[in-house]
Amino acid sequence: MTPTDASDLELICPAGTPPALRVAVDAGAHAVYCGFQDETNARNFPGLNFSRADMATAIAYAHQRDCKVFIAVNTFPRAGDAELWKRAVDDAAALEADAVILADMGLLSYASARHPSLRLHLSVQAAAASPEAIRFYTETFGVKRVVLPRVLSVAEIAEINKAISCETEVFVFGGLCVMAEGRCSLSSYATGESPNMHGVCSPAGHVSYHEANGDFVSRLGSFTINRIPAGQPAAYPTLCKGAFRAKGTIGQVFEDAVSLDASALLPALCRAGVKALKIEGRQRSRAYTKAVVASFRAALDAMARGTEIPLGSLRPLSEGQSATCGAYIKTWR
Amino acid sequence: MRSTTLTLGPVLFNWPADRWRDFYFRIADEAQIDHVCIGEVVCSKRQPFFADVLPNVIERLERAGKEVLLSSLVLPTLRREVHHDAELINGRHMIEVNDASMLPLVAGRPHAIGPFVNVYNEGTLGFLVSRGARLVALPPELPRSSIEAIASAIPDVTIEVWAFGRTPLAMSARCYHARLHGHSKDSCQFVCDQDTDGAIVETLDDEPFLVVNGVQTLSHTFCNLLKDASDLVSIGVSSLRLSPHTCDMVVISQLFRDVLDGRLDADDAFLRSRDLCSSATFSNGFIHGAAGALYL
Repeated sequence: MTPTDASDLELICPAGTPPALRVAVDAGAHAVYCGFQDETNARNFPGLNFSRADMATAIAYAHQRDCKVFIAVNTFPRAGDAELWKRAVDDAAALEADAVILADMGLLSYASARHPSLRLHLSVQAAAASPEAIRFYTETFGVKRVVLPRVLSVAEIAEINKAISCETEVFVFGGLCVMAEGRCSLSSYATGESPNMHGVCSPAGHVSYHEANGDFVSRLGSFTINRIPAGQPAAYPTLCKGAFRAKGTIGQVFEDAVSLDASALLPALCRAGVKALKIEGRQRSRAYTKAVVASFRAALDAMARGTEIPLGSLRPLSEGQSATCGAYIKTWR
Repeated sequence: MRSTTLTLGPVLFNWPADRWRDFYFRIADEAQIDHVCIGEVVCSKRQPFFADVLPNVIERLERAGKEVLLSSLVLPTLRREVHHDAELINGRHMIEVNDASMLPLVAGRPHAIGPFVNVYNEGTLGFLVSRGARLVALPPELPRSSIEAIASAIPDVTIEVWAFGRTPLAMSARCYHARLHGHSKDSCQFVCDQDTDGAIVETLDDEPFLVVNGVQTLSHTFCNLLKDASDLVSIGVSSLRLSPHTCDMVVISQLFRDVLDGRLDADDAFLRSRDLCSSATFSNGFIHGAAGALYL
């Protein structure tokens, strides 16, 4: 695959709710991704997601404005109870979604057999990290696009794109999974609820806070995830961003409370043959969605024109006020 | 009906080659194990360390009547990693697939699916069995209800459950051992060899929580399903996986064998396993649909 022409790059934006979808569409998203109101998608949070009627209205709104809608059905169907997931795929097809984003091999098999004209994208939750893994999904199920796991450097992404025939989509902004997606049970180890099975990570219902000896203590399940002097700003206790003690030292063993910002790498990702740039954050506010989508759309438009990319407006939006390029830069490892 | 088998999973930690070899020699000579999955699955940089002793180990295990399976890497991304895994199929051994990249290579021939491939339901199981999977190790976080639904769906496949040892919880591109020692992954100096059962990660309230093993994160607790074994067999589980640690795995495997064969009471076996692993905290929360760290 050759480098992507900047004018062909797609900006894929999160839509946690119908109002957020309209904001993202109006701010310049080329496509939005969203999910139904149940555990079939990986952002199964209270107050988020779309009823079937919401989805029909949202797709009409987006399509009238030349914006695509991708429906994420990207958790792993519960054994003995796969009907909920199959119905989500059937309804996405009936509602004329532009693609479904799937991770489970059984569900991919079902979708490709039942809905041969439905466009299939491979979710990041499948963690397909090599050309061989990607070709398995494209050749077996006819997957047209793969969302790459956040474990690869830009150079590795370029090599992958040379060796495959489908499109690739990468995360450029928002929450940063430190672990290979879809291969992580840290959340269920502490809480019993996991991204793969329940569509949640470090769920709020298992978070508690208290003060002890002048410290503000955040817990997930029964485990202390962070302990900071009371009065200082505390990050949400996502398990892999917590402070722990190992080898006699205290610190963020896995990752600091940072979020992903690959805006400086947009030209490099374009040269690496990436087709679509994805913004994380279906759980974020409309104001956030509007600001991030507009900033990235301006950056893509500047790239397409060959003018300087306007950056810098995104930094205040990053979680914990600091950002990283994550695995895209090899030294992160 | 065939009796429930025991599988010894691959050594997940960076053991010195002589320890690694001696461990398997003893397993060959003394352990009541049916399948032995062997090979480095966590970090390809460790593979050369035991490459020289691998043929001898396989020969010794096979002479002792164990079925040897070659395990593929959990998250191959580099060219040499993918090539290494592809070479595995050139031998006469069954492959244990731990990443989708291996699936095209084993299609149409008998193979095993390791616990790092996401088999969460009978649909995925059916798909994999149709391509030649004969032994499928389920993801450790699955609850009993899912295990039962999967195990009852297709009769002619061995369904395996993670039954002993620290539970693998996550894989990353980042090496946490190197990070803890202030090294980069590319110049890690193989510091993971200092922690033969993983490096303990404690909460800031001094509670042991996780362990890191290079790019892998595991539970601090040891999964121990001795007391759940007969129930799992009754719902269709046909193999239990024991994951190697520095405690006496020969005796651990004997305890599981004796419980499965009705020679030893599960409560007694559990107490004896506690004596064998005196520093371990046991857990079985995942199969009960609870936090994996709990023992219920």
